[in-house]
Amino acid sequence: MSTASQARATNAANECRPSLARGLWALTYRELKKWLKDPVMLIMFVLQPLIWMGLLGKSMNIQGLFSSGNLGNIEIPNITIPTVYGNVTIPGTLLAKQLQQEFSKIGTSVMQNTFGVADYFSFMAVGMVSMIVMTTTMFSGMSIVWDRRLGFLDKVISTPVSRAAIIFAKILNATFRAMFQASVILALAYLLGLQLSSSFTLLNLLGVYAAIFLLGVGLSAVFIAFSIRSTRMERPMQFISLITMPLMFASNTFFPTKLMPDWMQAIANVNPLTYLTDAIRRLTILPLDASALIWDFTYLGLFAAVLTSIGIVLAWRYLTR
Amino acid sequence: MTDEVIKAENLTKIFNKSLVAVDHINFSVREGEIFGFLGPNGAGKTTTINMLITVLKPTEGRASVLGFDVVKQANEVRKVIGVVPQEYTADEDLTGYENIILCADLYGIPRDIAKKRALELLELVELTEFRDKRVETYSGGMRRRLELACGLINRPKVLFLDEPTLGLDVQTRAATWEYIRRLKKEYGMTIFMTTHYLEEADALCDRIAIIDHGKIIVTGSPSELKDSLGGDVITITIKENADVTDIIRSVENVKEVRKENGSYRIKAAKGEATAPLIIEALRRKGFTVTRLSLTEPTLNEVYLEYTGRAIRDTEESKEAFRMHRITLRRARAG
Repeated sequence: MSTASQARATNAANECRPSLARGLWALTYRELKKWLKDPVMLIMFVLQPLIWMGLLGKSMNIQGLFSSGNLGNIEIPNITIPTVYGNVTIPGTLLAKQLQQEFSKIGTSVMQNTFGVADYFSFMAVGMVSMIVMTTTMFSGMSIVWDRRLGFLDKVISTPVSRAAIIFAKILNATFRAMFQASVILALAYLLGLQLSSSFTLLNLLGVYAAIFLLGVGLSAVFIAFSIRSTRMERPMQFISLITMPLMFASNTFFPTKLMPDWMQAIANVNPLTYLTDAIRRLTILPLDASALIWDFTYLGLFAAVLTSIGIVLAWRYLTR
Repeated sequence: MTDEVIKAENLTKIFNKSLVAVDHINFSVREGEIFGFLGPNGAGKTTTINMLITVLKPTEGRASVLGFDVVKQANEVRKVIGVVPQEYTADEDLTGYENIILCADLYGIPRDIAKKRALELLELVELTEFRDKRVETYSGGMRRRLELACGLINRPKVLFLDEPTLGLDVQTRAATWEYIRRLKKEYGMTIFMTTHYLEEADALCDRIAIIDHGKIIVTGSPSELKDSLGGDVITITIKENADVTDIIRSVENVKEVRKENGSYRIKAAKGEATAPLIIEALRRKGFTVTRLSLTEPTLNEVYLEYTGRAIRDTEESKEAFRMHRITLRRARAG
């Protein structure tokens, strides 16, 4: 190897100034562009939670359970109470009416105590937002398998682009998608009757995005690390369908955790989905509770930090086989 | 004195601790030459290329490109090489121009230079009029040319071509060969390519290594390899009824002479040069040659000689086969 030709090579190399930001932007831009050019997938992804939300949220009319109409016609006989002034008769119809009114009040209070809000739809619509954040990040993480199969990943690896940019582009793409889908679901939920709390401001929306961002980053990092060596879609797919259900149900997505059996509560209490859902609920439909929010965000922040570190270390190690 | 642009020493790749894809190979590529790796599918060609372009880590041995170690100085290697992979890796949802700019971004080439160069490269591969069309609409040949343009965006010193004409029709293949020759001539680029087409190796490569089962069996220029078979076969017939075996044998380069049915079957190195000498020698002794035919051995015979079988697809792994089919399907889609 003569110094002359190495010098020439170095000259050519000097012109290349691969930077993390540049590579990250280029790769993320590619992903987002791909995504926007596939509106069918976009609609499909929104459609599924929309169906869940519309059908499940509306059919599980839990507040309806406690409505006066649901008590039906109760027949209460007239009650006669003997007093010193003679017998006083209270008509049964009056009692029944009173009871129905009380039942409705009790129902509202049960709803408030259980769900924090008076209607189940608002409660579960927020859960739906979490669900879409979870599924979107999982599937997006898997797109690295496609890049591997199509040879795109190998080509990118053979360029001097920062290795971190390759992984972060995937993470960012998954997270942006999740944020977008979440926005769509929130907007649709609002149109379908989501009741915002009186303390809701547009600033809360930023909090919602921050929470989604943290969970999205953590979850997608795990999925990218998980699928980085695969050349087949089957295994990650299987894994996703395996863990989606437990993550969804062993959390406060559809039902409050406090009414679950202890063992399930234990799972729900470490399930990051619980914290995301709780954070979004507190920011949208529930009255503001700063200390609870801080705890939610701390957990989500830790989750993102730990899992992203693990994900990136694994991805780094296995990017080059 | 030529430089060794690529050097591999005992380069080995073992997958899953048992599958030996590349088995202690040694070779070097000189500056400015087109070096071909020839072998059937599954012989270890792509694995070798992937180690040289820093996509795979060697299990054993070492390799360097322009003096940079492919493991320890991987990033230096990446800056000075261009890669045209076997698959169509251009993004179908982006336009040809966007794809080239994406590549430029990955190399961190300043935007203004990148834009100018992208247009030049599109011109070079004759895709200017399709620059703003999505790659989805490109034919196989166009995609291959776009890959070539992407691989050239950083003005590489060494270009790696993995099966550059896989799945292309005859015309497109010939056109691709032309581009490759032009690159070598105009940019003085060193080119490392793999192929399982014998005629491709013969037409393009200055030197060839035949690889089979992860081992390099023989290395040399196409003509050296053909000569190593014992040379060309010249068949002549003379007008006179006499035995001229000794006269022919005395001619330079003649290795073997046999009289068969009134004609002479001569094995000789450099047949085209030797045949006139034989005619001349016979004429001087008063004999007249009435018929002459010359058959040159092809790489096909070389391949047969060294591997003991004709070059054709061997049993591939399922995944490789599937990838192959994806590539072919996309190539046909235009």
